[in-house]
Amino acid sequence: MDSTVQDRIRDQIAEAPVVLFMKGTPVFPQCGFSAAVVQILSHLGVKFKGIDVLSDPSVRQGIKEFSNWPTIPQLYVKGEFVGGCDIIREMFETGELKQLLEEKDVPVRA
Amino acid sequence: MAMDAATIERLIKESLPDAQVSIEDLRGDGDHYAAHVVSSAFRGKSRVQQHQLVYQALHGRMGNELHALALQTSPPED
Repeated sequence: MDSTVQDRIRDQIAEAPVVLFMKGTPVFPQCGFSAAVVQILSHLGVKFKGIDVLSDPSVRQGIKEFSNWPTIPQLYVKGEFVGGCDIIREMFETGELKQLLEEKDVPVRA
Repeated sequence: MAMDAATIERLIKESLPDAQVSIEDLRGDGDHYAAHVVSSAFRGKSRVQQHQLVYQALHGRMGNELHALALQTSPPED
């Protein structure tokens, strides 16, 4: 992979405690899977930075290689890849997502 | 391009021979599936690692020919 793309992704992940690589924006998601994760994060009252991969084809491809993960959305918390839509949904339902965010000192709605 | 459920199951079992795979074609369009995969290979692995094993078994088809595969993985219960 192009190292400049990789560097840019690393910078994007470091820009905020919670970063979501998604299709569209948090206000206008362009894909149901991205929308589902936005909804979960909003429900938990988590502030996050959305990165629209549709506006940048190199990041769209690059993040798949960076995470060794073939699909979008992808959620990063404090630099760590947490998962895609299915995992986030499962972790939300079991309460693990809230627990993980709290462990990482990310403010969530009580 | 669509993929049939039998192909998905075969690919997963080629990589994870002990896997129990159940696949549901969510819309009947050969493009949106939900799969539940149980394999001893998942023991001691995080969910991300478990899903990565399944994606590897699909040899790059996930996200390409295979648009949507909702995945649930777990090790077998003892």
